[in-house]
Order: sequence, then C-alpha cells, then structure tokens
Amino acid sequence: MTSHFRSIAEAGTERIHRLLDLTDHMAAVGRRPNPKVPALRGKTVCNLFFEDSTRTRMSFDLAAKRLSADTMTLAVSSSSVNKGESLRDTIETLDAMGVDAFVVRHRTSGVPWQVAQWSPAAVINAGDGWHAHPTQALLDAYTIRQRRGMTNDFTGLKVAIVGDIRHSRVARSTTEILLMLGAEVTHVAPRTLLPPTSHVPTTANLDEVIAEVDVLYMLRMQRERMGAGIVPDGGEYSRRFALDERRASALRNDALLMHPGPINRGVEMMVDPTELSQSTILDQVTNGIAARMAVLFDLLGSGEIEE
Amino acid sequence: MTQRKQVLGPDDVRRAVTRMAHEIIERNRGVDDVVVLGMQRGGVWLAQALGAEIARIAASVPIGTIDVSLHRDDIGLRPVTPGSSSDVPTDIQDSIVVLVDDVLFTGRTVRAALDAISDFGRPKAIQLAVLIDRGHRELPIRPDFIGKNLPTSSEEEVEVTAEGVTIIEGSDGQ
Repeated sequence: MTSHFRSIAEAGTERIHRLLDLTDHMAAVGRRPNPKVPALRGKTVCNLFFEDSTRTRMSFDLAAKRLSADTMTLAVSSSSVNKGESLRDTIETLDAMGVDAFVVRHRTSGVPWQVAQWSPAAVINAGDGWHAHPTQALLDAYTIRQRRGMTNDFTGLKVAIVGDIRHSRVARSTTEILLMLGAEVTHVAPRTLLPPTSHVPTTANLDEVIAEVDVLYMLRMQRERMGAGIVPDGGEYSRRFALDERRASALRNDALLMHPGPINRGVEMMVDPTELSQSTILDQVTNGIAARMAVLFDLLGSGEIEE
Repeated sequence: MTQRKQVLGPDDVRRAVTRMAHEIIERNRGVDDVVVLGMQRGGVWLAQALGAEIARIAASVPIGTIDVSLHRDDIGLRPVTPGSSSDVPTDIQDSIVVLVDDVLFTGRTVRAALDAISDFGRPKAIQLAVLIDRGHRELPIRPDFIGKNLPTSSEEEVEVTAEGVTIIEGSDGQ
C-alpha cells in the first residue's frame, strides 16, 4: 500500500513523532561537510506547483536532491495546463514517465487526495487551498523543539497564532500538530478572520496574551483581503495585530517569534525580525529542508521486511 | 524454544579489547593519525572502550561515531526508523580511521560505513576492528583486528555487550 503525507490528522500521532525524530536526523545530515546522502538514488520526485511558491518549491527540490532523488518541476506557467489539459491528464501523463512521489500545491482544497486516485505514486501535500500545509506544520514543530531543546512532548507550551486564521492552511496544520503534541494554542484575530467554529481559545486582543506566550506565531496577512470588507483597512489592522516596537519589547526574552514567510513588512511586521533574538524565521527555512527530507525518506525509503 | 549460550564473559571481552588496542598501536606504529569511529549503534561502546585502552597504553585519540542509515543498500526494503547521528570530532582527511563494530556478519553495514566516511573526507587508510567475526560474508570485506572468530549459523543471533557475548538460538529470526 502506498502511503501519503497530506494532512497532520491523516498522518496520526505515531507517525508525527517518528517524522520529528527523522527531521532531527536529517538536520544533522545537513550540518555535515557533504550534506548529500545516497538514500533515495533511483527515485523520482515530481514537484507540481499550480500556485506561486518560492520557498516551499525550492525547499522540496533541495530536500529531494540532498537524498539523491531525481527531481522534475512543473511550473504551471510553462506547462500544457495552459493549453487546457485537465489535471487528471497531466497527472496520468507524468505518472507514465515513472514518478515515485508527487509534491502538490494547488489553490483548491482536496487536490492531493484526487491526485492519489489517479496515480499509484506517493502524494505529499505542499499546500491545498485553505485546507492544509502539513510540511510547514512539521518544520514549525521541529523548530520549536530544536530552539527550546525539548522532546516531542509540548505539554504546557503556550502558543499564540496571530492573523488571518480563517483563510490560512498554515494556521490550520500548525494548530493541529501543536495540539497533537500537547501545546496550548490561542488564535488571535479580528472576528471576521476567525473560522466560524473553533476548538481553541480565541481573542481579538493581542496585547492581552503577548507577554505570556512561549511562542508568538505571526501569519502573513494577504493584501488582497484588505479592503475587501472583511478586514479593517491596513493601518487599523496593523495597529491592532502587527508586531511593532512596543509589542516586540513585551515579548519574553526566551519566547520564540515565528513566521512562515514571506513577510509583509509594514503590515503584520512593523519591526525588523532579523534584529530580534527571539526570531526563528531563518531556522524555519533551514529546518524546512530537513523536515521535507524526513517526509520523502519516510515515504520512499520504507519497506515491509522486519529485521 | 530460545537457547542462550554465553561464549565470552566480561573478563574475556576486556582482555580482547586490550589486545586489539595493542594491535592497533603496533600496526600503525603509534597513534599519531589514528581516529576511532564506532558504528551506530552497536560499535559505539566498543569504540569508547578501545579508545580508553589506547589512551592508557599510548596516547589519547579522537573518538567519534558514524551512522549509516542513509547509506544502506536495503533502503526501501525495511521500515524506516529514525537514525542515530554521525559525530566525527576531527578532520579525517589523511588520518587513519579505525572503524569499529561489535559484530561483523554480511559486511553490508561496513560497506555503507565506507561510503558514509568518504562524505567526511579522504582518510589515508580505513581499518576495521570488530569484537566478533561470525562469518557469512556477502561482500569482499575483511577485518584488520578481531576480538574472536565465532562460527555461527545464519539462523543464530549474536548479542554483544561489555558484559559478554551470547549466542541465541531458535529466536524465530528476531
């Protein structure tokens, strides 16, 4: 049976724990003089990005190369998708070339599940609509574990996620993994940017929670949502929900400041995060490669024979 | 039915380690360029023990570990388990690496270790030290320093610790 990595819930607790440990192993490989290992020689990984992406696409590409897999990248702007080829035909065509794993990003939720019906290859979700972005969640959890020197038990860890929770697959997947590991998550957003129902505490007052949190997770505020009537105008949003000088100084010294990137300077981030010792933003980028190596190795390097 | 038969006791292991340490020093005419690397996970304690003996007899040498889980030739056949880390404490370029494992069996793990070591540099030589050589090689690999030759059947298991060496029969291949 082929397995996939499409959402945190689908992976389950046992697998997430294994993947976090594997990520730690891959991070150590990344620090070697030669960070490339032969583990996935002869495997082919196809990156299918139907939505713009820089870091996720490059990160998956490098992760596969570090494991010695061959990679193909379909950038939609230069593909036959623009000639009207259906998603199914695209998948079946690529599958006929011999693909072991598809890495899929699509603006529509659920596409990774559809792809899995059309191909026997493993499918990795690199972001589907508002639904899920599980490798981001994995790298976020690993970054917290690494920076705080923790195990996979996050009991007692207080995390505030700030921004457009409702439309964010990052918020959804990262909340899911943090709850799975035992952390306490609070969503901070204007009411219009919260999901209709929520199973974590919510607040619209960032100043109320900022001094208490172990992790402050700022989401990217998408400019196109501004002025669409669901968000106060840019200035008002920034006054209430952005990280400015005053809030940055309220953040504890041992807290972590996280952001999935790319940063909207002047919208959710009024300070330069690279000047804050709490920032993990570049660690997240580095760890993203290790987390994706772990996922690829877990899917393509695994077999059934017991030792 | 599982049968356990101890073939070496703690004193035997200690004497074998001391003899191997002497042999390593003799072969290399001292320990100037020697680096001892234990294979994860079974070779790590033995590398520590050999390193301690070499330090007692001659001089202290760098001791590290090497993990081969991403260099194995059976990737894709077995379940994935999180590996252990490689910790190579010094530049191994032009050094003499003494690769250490508890049991030498098919030789496939050693082959993977040779690849893994080459990622860290090009040693002048790599030598292999094992406490138990149980035969059944599947690759042209031979040890330089041997604690004990122990002919076994491939169905048997060999369990090695600092406390001794035990052959386990009829363990259902586990």
